[in-house]
Amino acid sequence: MEFLSYLIIGVSLGSVYAIIALGYTMVYGIAKMLNFAHGDVIMVGGYISLLSMTSLGLPWWAGVLLAILVCTVLGVVIEGLAYKPLRASPSLAVLITAIGVSYFLQNAAQLLWGASPMSYTPIVSGSLPVGGLSISYISLVTIVMCVVIMTALTLFTEKTRMGKAMRACSEDKGAAQLMGINVNRTISLTFAIGSALAAIAGVLLCSFNTSLMPTTGSMPGIKAFTAAVFGGIGSIPGALLGGVLLGIIESLAKAYISTQLANSIVFAVLIVTLLVRPAGLLGKYVPEKV
Amino acid sequence: MEHLLKVENINVYYGAIHAIKDVSFHVDAGEVVTLIGANGAGKSTTLQTISGLLRSRSGGIEFNGESIGRLPPHRIVERGLAQVPEGRRIFLQMSVQENLEMGAFTRRGGVSEEELERVFEQFPRLKERRRQIAGTLSGGEQQMLAIGRALMSRPQLLMLDEPSMGLAPILVEQIFEIIGKLHRSGTTILLVEQNAQMALSVADRAYVMETGRIGLSGTGRELAESDLVKKAYLGG
Ligand SMILES: Nc1ncnc2c1ncn2[C@@H]1O[C@H](COP(=O)(O)OP(=O)(O)O)[C@@H](O)[C@H]1O
Ligand SMILES: [Mg+2]
Repeated sequence: MEFLSYLIIGVSLGSVYAIIALGYTMVYGIAKMLNFAHGDVIMVGGYISLLSMTSLGLPWWAGVLLAILVCTVLGVVIEGLAYKPLRASPSLAVLITAIGVSYFLQNAAQLLWGASPMSYTPIVSGSLPVGGLSISYISLVTIVMCVVIMTALTLFTEKTRMGKAMRACSEDKGAAQLMGINVNRTISLTFAIGSALAAIAGVLLCSFNTSLMPTTGSMPGIKAFTAAVFGGIGSIPGALLGGVLLGIIESLAKAYISTQLANSIVFAVLIVTLLVRPAGLLGKYVPEKV
Repeated sequence: MEHLLKVENINVYYGAIHAIKDVSFHVDAGEVVTLIGANGAGKSTTLQTISGLLRSRSGGIEFNGESIGRLPPHRIVERGLAQVPEGRRIFLQMSVQENLEMGAFTRRGGVSEEELERVFEQFPRLKERRRQIAGTLSGGEQQMLAIGRALMSRPQLLMLDEPSMGLAPILVEQIFEIIGKLHRSGTTILLVEQNAQMALSVADRAYVMETGRIGLSGTGRELAESDLVKKAYLGG
């Protein structure tokens, strides 16, 4: 019984990681870069939703929509100003820029909203008794959101013209351009989607933690990045699998081994997995035909 | 008559390397024109510049009377100029049909079954394999997919960059048969090849490229019979 409740906590935590990991994976897939600032966009989403409820007095759903809107624009602006000029630069330059953007966002948040934690009212509260267990509504909402997002994104990339164009760009930008695909616009769209997801993840994460500060996004960001690599970076199902497994491992490690060691255990599992499967669990190698 | 494609005095650089030097040529509607030359002569660089993937520092490129030298690649495709790049560059992780759909990306309405049928008629092998992942096709099938994909945009000018590269002789024959068929059906083609003999046999006119410049030019037959070309490219 106890095990089951830790498992459910793990799955819902993992669902948040999965939603964040999706942003990493989609951006990596298309721009071949690690957007280190992704975690901080989550934090911005948290603040926007919180402040629109507390300062603007908006209902929670309007706060969530506003957070999604602001983060989408923020993601596109970050890409356009910071990353796009570096399209042809070495990947190390892009990585360092991304770290810079991450610190910029954290410091801007500190300047705007202060360094001390604010308390965050979860968008839903209470829990559902099931047998001897009680499952919090926020866990259920998170898991459902994750399933909905995964399904929508999979349908988008598999079935729609723009989704297919996105896959084409992630495979070969030059060839995609020769098809008449506007690669810059496709990359912007990817950042927009990833950042919108980050806003949703921000709301869910803050609802779990019931608090928020400028560095809130950074650790979950790194863990979600780990999840994306663990599942196979560039792969959408990989992000889901990696995120959920990571959440479960973390939750069980906290419950049965040690709270302090939980993060170390998570990263140790990643390292062992990558030693055995360098492309991650669902990462694929496509042999090139000559 | 106005040329369909007019390339005038283009100069293309890779950093400090001056890869294309004052290159000029033209293609008229309905022609098959070939650009032959040894490895590294600058043929692919020329095609990439026409497609907008690289920029010329001077000179100009006109297509249908409109200057396209400053347009981004996707705008150039929209104007009816398609390229089958060197090494095929099909989307290996996408299905055959999805590759064809990407070829029709500029035609916003989506892809009709008739549209696909039109390409499948030319390449029946692709029809059998339409749901297959492109990475699992053989080299010859991949080349056919690359050509079929470019045709999906209904180009006014089709540029092919070494379509015979890496293929067995029998497949090379097939590819050139296809080029001949496209020509007879009215498609205008700019063909880049190292296989000069085959290229000259299908071409109306030809240009010979050497270290970034165009040296000789003439009709396909003239060049096939020219001593210089025979010596340099036809092993005679
Ligand atoms: N990306 C590149 N960077 C630097 N030099 C290049 C690049 N691509 C081609 N070159 C050089 O430009 C010249 C022309 O190359 P290319 O157009 O590929 O020739 P071809 O297609 O005729 O074999 C060659 O000397 C080649 O080494
Ligand atoms: Mg070449």
